[in-house]
Amino acid sequence: MSVVRQLKYRIQNGELSIVDLVKSSLKKAKEKSNLNCFISLFEDKALEHAYNIQERVKKGEELKLFGLPVAVKDNINVKGSETTCGSNILKGYVSPYNATVVEKLIENGAVIAGKANMDEFAFGSTNETSAFGPVKNPYDETRVSGGSSGGSAVSVAADIVPFALGSDTGGSIRQPAAFCGVVGVKPTYGRVSRYGLVAFGSSLDQIGPFSYDVYGASILLDAISGFDEKDSTSINKPSNFEPELRDLKGIKVGVINEFADQIQSDEVKGVYYKVLDFLKASGAEIVELELPHIKYSIASYYIVATSEASSNLARFDGVRYGNRVNSDNVKDMYFKTRSEGFGEEVKRRILLGTFALSSGYYDAYYLKALGVRKLIAKDFEKAFSGVDIIFTPATPTTAFKLGEKLDNPLEMYLSDIFTVPVNLAGLPALTLPIEFSKEKLPIGMQFISKWFDEKTMFDIAYTVEDYYKFYEKAGYGRF
Amino acid sequence: MEFEAVIGLEVHAQLKTKTKMFCSCKTDFKDEPNTNTCPVCYGLPGALPVINKRAVEFAIKAGLAFNCKINLTSVFSRKNYFYPDLPKGYQITQYEIPICEGGEVKVDENRAFRLERIHLEEDAAKSMHKGNKTLIDFNRSGIPLIEIVSKPDMRSGKDAYDYLVQLRAILRYLDICDGNMEEGSLRCDANISVRPKGQKELGTKTELKNLNSFRFVQKAIDYEIKRQIEVIKSGGRIVQETRLYDDRKNETRPMRSKEEAHDYRYFPEPDLKPLVITEKEIEEIRKKMPELPLEKATRFVKEFGIKREDAHLLTLEKELADYFEEVAKLSGNPKTASALIQTELLRELNAEKKSVNECSLKTETLAKLIKLIDNKTISMKIAKDIFPEIYKTNKDPETLVKEKGLLQITDETAIEEVCKKVLEANPKQVETYKNGKEGLFGFFVGQVMRETRGKANPQIVNKILKKLLEE
Repeated sequence: MSVVRQLKYRIQNGELSIVDLVKSSLKKAKEKSNLNCFISLFEDKALEHAYNIQERVKKGEELKLFGLPVAVKDNINVKGSETTCGSNILKGYVSPYNATVVEKLIENGAVIAGKANMDEFAFGSTNETSAFGPVKNPYDETRVSGGSSGGSAVSVAADIVPFALGSDTGGSIRQPAAFCGVVGVKPTYGRVSRYGLVAFGSSLDQIGPFSYDVYGASILLDAISGFDEKDSTSINKPSNFEPELRDLKGIKVGVINEFADQIQSDEVKGVYYKVLDFLKASGAEIVELELPHIKYSIASYYIVATSEASSNLARFDGVRYGNRVNSDNVKDMYFKTRSEGFGEEVKRRILLGTFALSSGYYDAYYLKALGVRKLIAKDFEKAFSGVDIIFTPATPTTAFKLGEKLDNPLEMYLSDIFTVPVNLAGLPALTLPIEFSKEKLPIGMQFISKWFDEKTMFDIAYTVEDYYKFYEKAGYGRF
Repeated sequence: MEFEAVIGLEVHAQLKTKTKMFCSCKTDFKDEPNTNTCPVCYGLPGALPVINKRAVEFAIKAGLAFNCKINLTSVFSRKNYFYPDLPKGYQITQYEIPICEGGEVKVDENRAFRLERIHLEEDAAKSMHKGNKTLIDFNRSGIPLIEIVSKPDMRSGKDAYDYLVQLRAILRYLDICDGNMEEGSLRCDANISVRPKGQKELGTKTELKNLNSFRFVQKAIDYEIKRQIEVIKSGGRIVQETRLYDDRKNETRPMRSKEEAHDYRYFPEPDLKPLVITEKEIEEIRKKMPELPLEKATRFVKEFGIKREDAHLLTLEKELADYFEEVAKLSGNPKTASALIQTELLRELNAEKKSVNECSLKTETLAKLIKLIDNKTISMKIAKDIFPEIYKTNKDPETLVKEKGLLQITDETAIEEVCKKVLEANPKQVETYKNGKEGLFGFFVGQVMRETRGKANPQIVNKILKKLLEE
């Protein structure tokens, strides 16, 4: 039985109390502080909350998330606590309001354990750009967690919490999920409210779940999704993601040969073909897809995402909140505040985006990138007319060494090569960990389904998961 | 060489919605500073905008009133620049596709100034400088605005004045903006250039800001036209720049040079979907459109037979037009109604800085006063004399006239007696008059009116005096 289901039954049977679970979670968080996956830990608040939920459950309330602790990425606002976005500029900034997803977590009976470390403003693929230091991979502490939601992925992978929320703009949930061996989901754009998520690339950002297993991720997504009148881009679509085992016979699985060719690690390649063989053996029909514009994904992504980011980050000017570096005139105050408050990668992306939007360049860069984006979405639309699901690797390699790619941003950007097209098209996708490499590093694969068809993705991933049972090999859920 | 000025106006009108453009905060910007605020209008990290449907409706109303084309799909964009009163570092506005395009502001039957566009946007917060500190009040941040951009069709300060008067009247008729320039709910910037008459291409323009009343707009533009012509005539060149108008000195001064103007890096606002309006929604709004000032003026001319200039003045404010219409109907004498309202009533209201809405003089009372004139109970002069008291007390005019003994004397014998007395008392003047100085006739009338304390019916006095003097 999957780990999160077991936890559910143990809580329902009274074998495990919510308060004890949360206590143990907080204890583990402190023991494993060397992983650096939390920026703030809600000790007293979490316990108090656990008691409340226990009371609610005793009164017979049925809660979708039944008291399980959750780590929340530090770019999602939780009222009364710091939202740093992993940046010096927001160190000490306390949010006066809850993000919609946080309201939903509370309503559905999750206990927020703390705020997870992340790449500064979610700009990065290794969690090394955080002003709070890098997050370490629990399977090898000399390696990166992946990013930008590195803290969220590790908080689950290190078995501290069964749930975490991350945000995914170009792979920021799915890539660290693959590096750390947990399930990570990027929902369809519009599925989850972005209200209260500090924006990076507004047209690409989605909040999504991490968990030990597919079931866990599906119920967490179920709890946080839905139309929100505070987010005009959210969409009202019914959701019931609880996964069921599917007979894979006759299921049409699309594959992208260009992707397979770009897998750098032989072990990742090996796992990719192994899973393909399993799918075939289970009766699935493998369909080779033509996605002619997908090769422009990274290029157009870095134009669109940085353009939006350059505007989204303009509000961090030292005037109203965050850290200000004083000066005798406003212009100078802006310069100093932003020069000292932002890290290198943030400055690089703000400059890139500002340039791409400048008059004279707008048409050549931003508009062109938007055009390419539409073509990529069309490619996928066409592809999905013939398949039920698309299967790809999640990353070209396993987790790399800390510091290895920090000085080579372009190479770092390429680690998102399989995840970025999904955000450009607004599609839902899931990373499923399959097995460990020889070095005992997790290897994950990606399932992409049609817009708002997360159910298919969960069902198929659940069926594959049931065969490989990564969560057992990882030994998750020891509470 | 003769020069011609080319003027275009950009008017920002604050919409009278209850809540802000992109959040549900109240729009009462005069409340205690920073009380009508939330994460959205403070631009807190993670906050998102949601379009105020009422503001959209108001913009459509304006579009219909000015005969614009209403775009069924329009797009919000971000205008990026840094300024302390701009909390997000960008203003959400409409750039490439505004909600309304084209249209015109008709200032009278024969004159109209074309519009470029009307678009929706949000207001910035308000900076206040205290000593060496700058404080910011975010109550104004996010209040809905429409920006009404004219084509460069105006040629003088007077044109701009007429345009603004009519524009404001229409916005107020639509009840979408209170049009108060002093409080900033209506703001106007002017773009001005001059060129030799007959030349096609435009000269270099300057932009005028800080225009706090319609009269200042007119004066500032006229000053600026003169200044530009003088610069060119003396061999100089116009610098493209923003200039501030100083109303005390009646001059304009450079504020900042346009060369260092921002590159606003406009791009479509990814937090909002394109704004889609249906034909049906537009029709619903069209059905609720009120009669507009010019239509009303034309109707008044036709229905009440008053002069067009009077009709124009009476219809600039809807409340005044309604007041007039009621008095005209109740009294059955629109012309006198028009005269008394424009002279007496407006004088009293202006003295107290009140609007017609706050007027304690009821339309019924004023109608009664007019009836007293019409049935010759009192003269126009008496009516004007007692007007201030009636205005203040709303007292029944007939009672007042009786109490004060001001009933008009129409008894010819009585009037003849007074006339005789006056002529007897002024033999010299009578002689001079009879010797041909007929201008003295007014003197005798005045004396009679003085004797009767204004109560004598002037027509009868005229008739009798003529008769007596010719004897």
